[in-house]
Amino acid sequence: MTDRTPEDLFGHTNVTIIEPSKGWRSLDVKELWAYRELFWVLTLRDIKVRYKQTVLGFAWAVLQPVMMMVVFSIFFGRLAGMPSDGVPYPIFVYTGLLPWNFFSNAISNSGTSLVGSSHLVSKVYFPRLVIPLASIGSSIVDFVIAGAILLLLMLYYGLGWSLNLLLAPAFVAGVVLIALGVGIWLSALNVAFRDVRYVIPFMVQLWMFATPVVYSSSLVPEAWRWLFYLNSMAGFVDGFRSAFLGKPFEPQVLAISFAVALGVFLGGIAYFEKVERQFADVI
Amino acid sequence: MTDCAIRVEGLSKEYVLDAREKGYRTFREAVLDSVAASIRRLRAFGHEPPADQPFWALKDINFEVKPGEIVGIIGRNGAGKSTLLKILSRITAPTEGRVEIRGRVASLLEVGTGFHPELTGRENIYLNGAILGMSRTEIAEKFDEIVDFAEVEKFLDTPIKRYSSGMYARLAFAVAAHLEPDILIIDEVLAVGDAQFQKKCLNQMSAFTRSGRTVLFVSHNIGAIKQICGSCLYLKEGVVRMFGATGDVALQYSSERAQQSQLNSAYKLGADLELVNLHIATGNIESANSASFEIVLRALEETELFDLTVLIEGPAGERVAIIDCRTPSYPHPLDAGSCFVFRGNVETLPLVEGQYSLGLFYRARHSSAYVQGLADLMVSETPRTTRPLCYAAEHRGFIALQCSIEPVKKFAPFTYDKICSLPRTGLEI
Repeated sequence: MTDRTPEDLFGHTNVTIIEPSKGWRSLDVKELWAYRELFWVLTLRDIKVRYKQTVLGFAWAVLQPVMMMVVFSIFFGRLAGMPSDGVPYPIFVYTGLLPWNFFSNAISNSGTSLVGSSHLVSKVYFPRLVIPLASIGSSIVDFVIAGAILLLLMLYYGLGWSLNLLLAPAFVAGVVLIALGVGIWLSALNVAFRDVRYVIPFMVQLWMFATPVVYSSSLVPEAWRWLFYLNSMAGFVDGFRSAFLGKPFEPQVLAISFAVALGVFLGGIAYFEKVERQFADVI
Repeated sequence: MTDCAIRVEGLSKEYVLDAREKGYRTFREAVLDSVAASIRRLRAFGHEPPADQPFWALKDINFEVKPGEIVGIIGRNGAGKSTLLKILSRITAPTEGRVEIRGRVASLLEVGTGFHPELTGRENIYLNGAILGMSRTEIAEKFDEIVDFAEVEKFLDTPIKRYSSGMYARLAFAVAAHLEPDILIIDEVLAVGDAQFQKKCLNQMSAFTRSGRTVLFVSHNIGAIKQICGSCLYLKEGVVRMFGATGDVALQYSSERAQQSQLNSAYKLGADLELVNLHIATGNIESANSASFEIVLRALEETELFDLTVLIEGPAGERVAIIDCRTPSYPHPLDAGSCFVFRGNVETLPLVEGQYSLGLFYRARHSSAYVQGLADLMVSETPRTTRPLCYAAEHRGFIALQCSIEPVKKFAPFTYDKICSLPRTGLEI
């Protein structure tokens, strides 16, 4: 029996070579694709578990953004009298909160995802990238629900839907890209430096004020615009506003946003792949 | 053309002890460390490079496994078994060497990896299956078999946080048992579940290899290894001590274990006393046999011995029994340089098979101490041919009670009064 090779037995050649890891490696896209089921299962798990044993269940996905909108409208819209480019302030702030909430949830979740799954990382093999990628899945569900509410709110406030909306998916893709990029960086760094866990909330807060969520980007002095838009989220939030409120787009700004997001994403993957094989030893 | 399922060549794995002991680092530590390290490097310029504390968990491991073999891996704790499995499962990267694996690998280093307490049994089967590398259709096909194997039909839609630990373990193993990789790597997972379930699992593994698949199996249970493994790899301190037929390797392993049953060198107990020898039954002792013991003490100065007790302790340091060596003639006066020998015999040593550790408590004029882990005591199973066979050692506690059991036969109508009125022997009616 032992004269037969595995190929005879199983009808396929599947040779794995295990060697010491050296320096930079490129991402094995084919392997990642082979683990797509694991990605789905982990995403579904997060979605199912998310509102387990809560009274309101998925209603939280609706309540959270709406409540934030109300609070922000009262403090920034009414009390502080923030200008809102001629749109009702609640709608104005909601169009900013929509991508921002997704972004902040996504990077918080994925930043701590690897360490949170240390039992998997130290016991099973799979491309580790699946974990931060899947951790963003449940935030996407909330994102879609919050987006649907925005469309309803716009009808309530008597604002029509414009053709610009057709471009919204492009901005969704952009926000997902930058969220993944930052999330991948943070998750890999968090394995070696647990400080990341404490840095994230602070970072999210600062980043929000650097992004035109509660204020309009027209308030930013012209001279500082270039710096302002190096923050991809600033460009994407503006893009969302233009798409939903039917305002003109600024192609240059958007080009910068996408380029920066892509750079962060690719850099994140490269760094992740470099340190991936040490995770089990360090985590 | 090679026909190996697994070929391991010159495999080594190094850990830097420092990093392992500290656990995770904070950014501040890393910065301070790197500053300190650069200063060290500057100072050491032109001298030997400063040595970190390297620790070779594995050193130059070579072996080959043919398709269809079940290979057992044995060794003491810390011999590198788990590290080897982690490298073969690609969880961690080796420092040197090369491994070639032909076929799809599934590794089971822990039962129930990724089980989520909030999800139901059904959901967890899919989750765990996917984590172990099964596709959704594969799981769906085997779903009923898995549920049958685990015996949890009634609780399929209950969150597993409400499961008993036995149910949890059964469900977890059931999923793993239905994996169909070409090569299965298993680490000490049979320790869960009851004896009957363990047997079921061992059968499943044997069946698995009949279809030409390969299994690597780590266990402390030499019995299980002997039962299912054709060959065996014995790791000792990170190197391959022996690789060959299971019988030979198991023999070598137990004889090496037994060699540690004596004190290696004299042990200084205190200012006035030294322990020269301590052992119970040189070599292996079978459960329930008699065992002789010996304690040799040397007085370093003139003293008097008030108490002397040999302690037999379990794997977690729990005290199982003591041998009280006080005699009516205590205390014993000892001259400087004189040796004192205690010899005795334990009539029956009713310990369940396993490894025990010997310690000592003594009280002399100027010192007293309680010392643990001076030597090992290996107790092996008494061969037993009658049915029923013994339960696995870990389920039987430490003491094997000698008891006689007389079954009550044929009773109708069954009343308690009737049993009480029976003579104490001869229940035949």
